[in-house]
Amino acid sequence: MLKAWLQRITLADIVVWAIGLAIFIGVIWGSVVTLSIGKYSTATWINLSIAGLALGGIYALIALGYTLVYGILRMINFAHGEVFMSGPFTATFVATGLVNLGIWNRYPVLSLLIVVIVAATISTLIAVMLERIAYRPLRAAPRLVPLITAIGASFFLQYTFRGLYGSGLKSYPDMKILQGFWTIGDVRVFKTQAAAIVGALVMMLILYGIVQWTKTGKAMRAVSEDKETAALMGIDVDRVITTTFAVGGASAGVAGILFLLLFPVAHFFMGFIPGLKAFTAAVLGGIGNVPGAFLGAMVLGMIESLGPNLFLDGLGIPAVNQLKDAIAFTILVFILIVRPTGILGEQMAQAKA
Amino acid sequence: MNKRLFVLLSLLVIASMVLAACGKAPYECTDALGCVDVAPGEPIHIAYALVISGADETLGIDSRNGIEIAIDEKGQVLGHDILLTGEDDGCSAEGGQASGTKLAADPSIVAVIGTSCSSAARVAVPLLSQAGFVIISPSNTAIDLTLAGNPNNHPGYLRTAHSDSIQGAAAAQFAWETLQVKNAATIHDGSLYAEQLAGQFVKSFQEYGGTITAQEAVDPNQTDFKSVLTSIAATGPELIYYPIFIKAGSLITRQAKEVAGLEETHLMGADGMFSPDVVEGAGEAVEGLMVSSPDFTVFGPDYAAKFVPAYETKYGTTPLSIFHAHAYDATMMVFAAIESVAVQDADGTLHIPRQALRDAMFATKDFKGLTGNLTCSATGDCADPHIAVYVYHVGEYPPEKIWP
Repeated sequence: MLKAWLQRITLADIVVWAIGLAIFIGVIWGSVVTLSIGKYSTATWINLSIAGLALGGIYALIALGYTLVYGILRMINFAHGEVFMSGPFTATFVATGLVNLGIWNRYPVLSLLIVVIVAATISTLIAVMLERIAYRPLRAAPRLVPLITAIGASFFLQYTFRGLYGSGLKSYPDMKILQGFWTIGDVRVFKTQAAAIVGALVMMLILYGIVQWTKTGKAMRAVSEDKETAALMGIDVDRVITTTFAVGGASAGVAGILFLLLFPVAHFFMGFIPGLKAFTAAVLGGIGNVPGAFLGAMVLGMIESLGPNLFLDGLGIPAVNQLKDAIAFTILVFILIVRPTGILGEQMAQAKA
Repeated sequence: MNKRLFVLLSLLVIASMVLAACGKAPYECTDALGCVDVAPGEPIHIAYALVISGADETLGIDSRNGIEIAIDEKGQVLGHDILLTGEDDGCSAEGGQASGTKLAADPSIVAVIGTSCSSAARVAVPLLSQAGFVIISPSNTAIDLTLAGNPNNHPGYLRTAHSDSIQGAAAAQFAWETLQVKNAATIHDGSLYAEQLAGQFVKSFQEYGGTITAQEAVDPNQTDFKSVLTSIAATGPELIYYPIFIKAGSLITRQAKEVAGLEETHLMGADGMFSPDVVEGAGEAVEGLMVSSPDFTVFGPDYAAKFVPAYETKYGTTPLSIFHAHAYDATMMVFAAIESVAVQDADGTLHIPRQALRDAMFATKDFKGLTGNLTCSATGDCADPHIAVYVYHVGEYPPEKIWP
């Protein structure tokens, strides 16, 4: 048994495991040193964790769009970041209108509802049209073709929004009821962060419910497992795919609004980085897997928020916060070494993997 | 008269007539870098390499507007129209590479106005310099670009923008003498501009006797700066100096107000954050944000009386950023240098010797520009720098001048 295992092992395996071990030791050592120095108080760590959770919730909602589409079409929709970007832009546009009408601070709940509905509708429409115009005609084409089309579509959307709204920053108006923070001990919980976490959780549960317990969700899972057989069973595959894009688009739109609560500035390039991060989160959790996307996103948000200060600060490395992405991706490498299919594995994709 | 003498004389007469018909001897280019020949009726070709798309495009478009106004005003140089073409420098090393390579391949170009960003300059300038062009930037402020003996200092490169050695020192002086802060922290975004400016601030501030509590760096594409601000807050500075660009600068301004321990900390940026987009992006948090920038109040009278109205008429907006006047001056300096060195044939063909043009640019002395009296140093610093500090108020642009 051991002998067979020793024969199978290659140099590449040893190198990969050595890298994994080095990352693991580095992380543990850095954390222990930082914590023993005690530069930051417990409250600071909790504050950073809350910020990480809020960010993670937003990544999760975007990641869901990647994961659902990958699960069904085996394709990475690189224009999804731009679907996300359409949410904040629409929200800013509508919110500015509501402020001018004087409704914004007088009926805050109603205003938020209007903003969410309009923005999610627009992002859903964009996602559905993207599928209809850019991807459906190419569904039979080799896998690389829709990937390149997605990049083209992404540029098209970016510059369409630039043409419509200009290239400057667009400020999202602050809402009075969401300003300020609650103080619990020494910990500050910002109302916007709380809203983002709660919003992301609620949205996530709704989406999980749709996929798991409705007829449409069942159809989605069936198509994901085997398109041809699903079609033979009388499932309208085109409709299911459209629905998938719509669900992904709506959740990206909501994610966009939650993102605006935390960082109230819209910009036509804003979709790229969160899109990339969400895609990473989806891979981290196991692409094609809905709970995996959620878990991966939360892990990524936390690593980004805590990582630089926790792992590197104690080691005396200067200006650690610019290494945030480097740390996040190093952890990604570590997790993929230990579990090549992501934390929860590619559940939806099992049949085809 | 004998026959032989007559033949000889008539031959001489014919020869002299032939020579006379040929006119002057043709122009011979003896310039070390060669000459640009502009045929009659052909335009003189000037190019720009500025950031004209993407997040930082207002900076480059604003400079391009300055160039276009200079061309409109000048009309013709020595009887030739002026052709302006350009490339996007992307405000990045990659953009500098692409635009520099493309422009360097066009031998009809006489001079390049650019780049917008120092990061692009570091890659584009060596390419353009080798092509023999005059390169003059309206907005590069990184210190090493005009530092003698530095590998980033290339022949033929000049700038009308101030060097950050002056801006950083002015910011430190303001912080120490006027704000009277003793501790400061800096943040840069890894760009050449921000890194060197923050470094200069640190150096000058320490010379005054101040303490630098933290020197941080961020990724300009990030949106969440809470963790970097939290780690800065733990060191307790009275001032945070972050000479970065609009997008990240606005978000840091907002988020700093939300981090425990930074509520009363002074926030200060530099000319990269002098833009209406900062007022828009930072919202209410913009109140009290200070930025250093060229002092517009010392600009010549033509700036307010002629240039700004021309700008507003042509583009229907107030100036988008701060280096339009520097671009205008750079363009006018190029025209003046061409006029002083170009050789014109009788038929109107213009010959512009490249090395002589560079020499003429570097010899610029007391040039009456919008931004002041420009005199170029041997390494290409042409600015007449006056740095002021401005403070932002909610919903107001431009910000209010508070120093000196």
